[in-house]
Amino acid sequence: MSLTISRAIVDQILQQSRNEYPDEACGVILGPIGAGTPVRLKPMINAAHSPTFYEFDAKDLLALYREVDDKDEEIVVIYHSHTETEAYPSRTDIAYAGEPGAHYVLVSTREEIAPATEFRSYRIIDGIVTEEPVTILD
Amino acid sequence: MTTAAIEVRIPTILRPYTKDAKVVSADGADLKSVISDLERQYPGLAERLLEDGALRRFINIYVNDEDVRFLGGLDAAIKSGDSITVLPAVAGG
Repeated sequence: MSLTISRAIVDQILQQSRNEYPDEACGVILGPIGAGTPVRLKPMINAAHSPTFYEFDAKDLLALYREVDDKDEEIVVIYHSHTETEAYPSRTDIAYAGEPGAHYVLVSTREEIAPATEFRSYRIIDGIVTEEPVTILD
Repeated sequence: MTTAAIEVRIPTILRPYTKDAKVVSADGADLKSVISDLERQYPGLAERLLEDGALRRFINIYVNDEDVRFLGGLDAAIKSGDSITVLPAVAGG
């Protein structure tokens, strides 16, 4: 299992995470059903507006699923940023991982590693976290 | 028994309870009754939607695309022809 993603999308996610600091940034990347390729980046509003929590607004969430259905897409990646901790799923991340087919991407913009950032990907299925390699295509 | 005429759309993570069905039918005059009917048909499903008799915080339920939290929650009136969608929240910390 692995995640292959374009440099352009990675950079946009990192920039979004910096822009939304000190709050956690979040969003999804969509792709054609069955292909597993993250093609269309869709940043989402963090309705929690918190440095330690993120949540998609319930109405935004429904609109997202309807849009994905209409376009014959699937949610390939669900991403969010950790502002002070490492880019590893927290207990909360694991507890609320409700999309077993998605790649969960964590980004860390924490001060102690600045200006470097971390971009890591995981599968979270039945409460088990498995990190996977990320291949970034130029 | 009335004909089940309420459509319930099930998210991927709950399809193991419905033998992989994406859309199922249920009956009930309010959400609480619909969930009881779903539990009768698909044992174990109610516990994923409810905790201590209340709707779980991180499960979103919509009736005809309206968040059920604004329709009375478990007391939300449901009628024949309504479409219910269940979506786990996308959240974390």
